[in-house]
Amino acid sequence: MNANLPELIVIIPLIGAFLITLAATVHGKLCFPLAAAILTGALVSAVGLLGRVLAEGVVEYHLAGWRPPWGIGYRVDPLNGLVLVVVAAVALINLLGTRPLVEKDFGDRLGPFYTLYVLFVTGLMGIVVTGDAFNLYVLLEIAAITGYALIGMGNPQRAPLAGLNYIFMGTIGASLYLLGVGYIYLVTGTLNMMDIAARLPALAGSRLVMTAFIFCIAGLCLKMGFFPLHAWLPNAYSHAPAAVSSLIAPLMTKVMVYVMIRIMLTVFDPGFTFGTMGVSRGMVWLAVAAILGGSILALGTRHLKRMLTYIIVAEVGYMVGGFWLGNRAGISGAALHIVNDAAMTLCVFLAAGTFFYKIGGESIDDLQGLFRKMPVSMAAFAVGGLSIIGVPPTCGFFSKWYLISGGLAAGQYAFVGALLFSSLVNLALFFRIFEIAFFEPFQEHHGAHGAPAGTARQEAPLQMLVPLVLTALGLVALGLYSGDMVSRLIEHAIPAGIV
Amino acid sequence: MEDLAANFLTKYNYWAFIALVMIGFYAMIVKRNLVKKIVGMNILQTAVILFYVSIGAKRDADLPIIAHGHGSASHAVHAADYINPLPHVLMLTAIVVSVATLGVAIALAIKIYRQYGTLEEDEIGERIRNA
Repeated sequence: MNANLPELIVIIPLIGAFLITLAATVHGKLCFPLAAAILTGALVSAVGLLGRVLAEGVVEYHLAGWRPPWGIGYRVDPLNGLVLVVVAAVALINLLGTRPLVEKDFGDRLGPFYTLYVLFVTGLMGIVVTGDAFNLYVLLEIAAITGYALIGMGNPQRAPLAGLNYIFMGTIGASLYLLGVGYIYLVTGTLNMMDIAARLPALAGSRLVMTAFIFCIAGLCLKMGFFPLHAWLPNAYSHAPAAVSSLIAPLMTKVMVYVMIRIMLTVFDPGFTFGTMGVSRGMVWLAVAAILGGSILALGTRHLKRMLTYIIVAEVGYMVGGFWLGNRAGISGAALHIVNDAAMTLCVFLAAGTFFYKIGGESIDDLQGLFRKMPVSMAAFAVGGLSIIGVPPTCGFFSKWYLISGGLAAGQYAFVGALLFSSLVNLALFFRIFEIAFFEPFQEHHGAHGAPAGTARQEAPLQMLVPLVLTALGLVALGLYSGDMVSRLIEHAIPAGIV
Repeated sequence: MEDLAANFLTKYNYWAFIALVMIGFYAMIVKRNLVKKIVGMNILQTAVILFYVSIGAKRDADLPIIAHGHGSASHAVHAADYINPLPHVLMLTAIVVSVATLGVAIALAIKIYRQYGTLEEDEIGERIRNA
């Protein structure tokens, strides 16, 4: 059992997804408990696997016993062990926390919804666990296609169009990545990441390898919504159903950043990535543009989810910029921020879903008086907001600290300035919301639930509140343990050559 | 000039790949009709498939099935005599992916058509602004 953990992580949700479809034919009510059981199984396997990685070092698994490079190998080191736990935990918490929303929106389509949900998680887990470049493409598309379908299930006015635009951009991104893998295969004759890594240094001057590198990075930048290729992201995430945006927004972009780190550090040699290619400086400047652009666009909207999606655009800039600083602090900060940003994005999107469930409005002006009406969920939202701003002891502060010290060490003062500017903008964004929610009296808006007038307390149901509060507490816990995470996990995943 | 012609004649499959990628990109960027964009997306994916199939092919090579393989392990197998099957097998998966993408894209296009009664991006944009 323990030996097969890397495999189980993908197999449990994959088979589980089909079981959900079967269960839906019996009764729609069976889907949710089944999905919860499957994701719990995936989370337990992921935690077990991380424990094994901590105890034994890198875990290799050969599917069906075929040794790489002939067969597909899964390879788990401390970095992807950590990301696996994050993906499984975010998916499970979001599943538990959005049940009332899902039943309201998809009461008659629970089977398809939970099947797609679990398949999406399967794709992401596979992307993270795999050690094979082509296998990664296939799982990338499994996650992406289920993601398109989930987004398209949203508000019929806008979601299908946003989903279709996402398909166009996502397919271009995946095709570019596939071309990059093809070029690598052309020169190395292998698809296994470790095997490629062993053969590439001998070919460092090859123009073909450089082309492959550029195709891979362009494809991944499109997939992660890196400025200026972010145009699909705000529409896709803000028009998606609430339960879907709080799943996809924390996970998809972060997993793509993980893939970038994996491809650039494991497949390509760090010396090649940061030295020979000479794109580091340009990428950091693009990250500066991403942070500034995302922050300014976030200021310009009063739609809550849309504002949060622009913050994601800026956060992707944090991670990509931190990685391309090319020093230990910057890469640690980027890797730590994958974990932290997944948690804080989950927190604010879950809170936004809770508000939407109770008040039906999505503009920040609809949040008037919410501190009195929904004190617990608003407090959780506030913790998420403080973490995005970067207030200690929430986790957002610590990854930002690593990123800033990396920027100073690399002499990239524009990046440091952009980080500080974005923190100030986030401060303005969230305190604008806190002010509306705290000082302005609650007014009846859409009244979808016949809420009583005045300021009577009307919290969301407990099954939404408990996961939300747990996430908010998790942000503080992640902050307190961030030193441990860096020294025990992330440090071991960064090649020794990087100082 | 002769070099270029020779290059073109011996590597026409790669030139076709480049042309198809460009056609696909052109359709996705310039066309305003959503179905034309979807077709462009599919051309782009097919172009990548053509590229992979091309890199597996070899001149004067046979199918990668070793005749009399059973019990006659004495004679050596020359890789140059057989085409490389791996990229072709990979593309079976890629074809499945592209069919699935196409399916989801068309399903969304149908939803959009039901909502707006048109597939022209400009008209949809106008209706969203007026709504």
